Amino acid sequence: MSDVNIKITDRDGEIHSIEAPTDMAMNLMEVIRSYELAPEGTIGVCGGMAMCASCQCYIVSEHQLDEMGDEEEAMLSEAFDVKENSRLGCQIPITEALEGLEIEIAPES
Amino acid sequence: MIKTDILIIGAGPTGLFTVFEAGLLKLKCHLIDALPQPGGQCSEIYPKKPIYDIPGFPEVLAGDLTDNLLEQGKQFEPGFTLGERAETIEKLDDGTFIVTTNKGTKHHAPVVAIAGGLGSFEPRKPKLENLEKYEDNGLAYFIKDPEIYRNKRVVIAGGGDSALDWSIFLADVASEVTLIHRRNEFRGALDSVEKVQELKLLNKINLITPAEVTELKGENKLEAIVVEKDGEKTLIETDEFLPLFGLSPKLGPIGNWGLEIEKNAIKVNNALDYQTNIPGIFAIGDVNTYPGKLKLILCGFHEATLMCQAAYQIINPGKKYVLKYTTVSGIDGFDGTRKEAPKAVVKAIQ
Repeated sequence: MSDVNIKITDRDGEIHSIEAPTDMAMNLMEVIRSYELAPEGTIGVCGGMAMCASCQCYIVSEHQLDEMGDEEEAMLSEAFDVKENSRLGCQIPITEALEGLEIEIAPES
Repeated sequence: MIKTDILIIGAGPTGLFTVFEAGLLKLKCHLIDALPQPGGQCSEIYPKKPIYDIPGFPEVLAGDLTDNLLEQGKQFEPGFTLGERAETIEKLDDGTFIVTTNKGTKHHAPVVAIAGGLGSFEPRKPKLENLEKYEDNGLAYFIKDPEIYRNKRVVIAGGGDSALDWSIFLADVASEVTLIHRRNEFRGALDSVEKVQELKLLNKINLITPAEVTELKGENKLEAIVVEKDGEKTLIETDEFLPLFGLSPKLGPIGNWGLEIEKNAIKVNNALDYQTNIPGIFAIGDVNTYPGKLKLILCGFHEATLMCQAAYQIINPGKKYVLKYTTVSGIDGFDGTRKEAPKAVVKAIQ
């Protein structure tokens, strides 16, 4: 198991190239929090239960991610600033398939 | 004026457990919370989710944890100011504090414990132009008194339980109810979804999906909204608009109290007693920060326990307090109740 390289554009437009571990059962929201790419209290508010949409992000690269679950789809249906490529970071586990992933963190709502 | 020993801001798990720990020290507590019921995130966001890391509970639903904490603290007769947000704080010459809520309720205490979690829960507002202009002027995020909507035309936006429940309720109160949601599916209790469907067929609810409110119109008051569906815009005249998109936490007015803030949290002295930079004001639970901080409910419980010892010294200066175990000393409730271990057991321990 190795780390994967991910490019994350924060809410100020700054691009961060980070390495995310695939062997710690982390999700994308937790990675963003651990690298402090969004202020505490503005991301992962519900703790990763797909119940707040504070970790909404846009998938910029062409990666084919796993399909959304019902909870994620329902939450995104209520959230603001939702686009075609919106996903909840808390519902995206870090796996080797994410190598080269590029995402943008959605605005705080 | 409400008077108490420890004024707790925030009625989440940490705030509720503070009632118990303070009670053991014969200190009375009063809690303020912006939400209409105690429990904080546990009861507001995930009451039916199981928690696995509360000591002694292999698994407990967040809502049940709240109920248990309320039951545990009940004997110490806490007071509650619910549905109001702590707005201002004033330090008096004698070192005590007066905290006033957004509705003007005043509280007086020698010790203030901020247990506000991630902050007070504020409505999530849609990004529409002139939103503020119409707030409380045809636009509201909460329904305080349903009678306000009697015989009026009401538009509700949202797809969760709140939007569904109020659409159902107002169908019998308002002259016209329109429910607008961005998708055809609703994220709510099945019963509520079916009831809305039924009311739609009876022409008691005008359902517009998938659609979004894109504009608000009106001279001095909200008069109409613009709805976009399938790329087409429609003007709908209305008396009231209720965007019900849930709540999000904000640190809110506490952020202006002169407390040292770091990363949206209040800095405290964790080596000692979780006191902030203002003597007499403590911060415990998820709202505080210090080196090594972990935002876990069990850490909030620990911080509350230590904070109460420091509060005792502020309220009873110079008085000695010896730590007692409830297994030995029992619990004397403020309501006259007493709980204690059976004598035979106490003797066996000795």
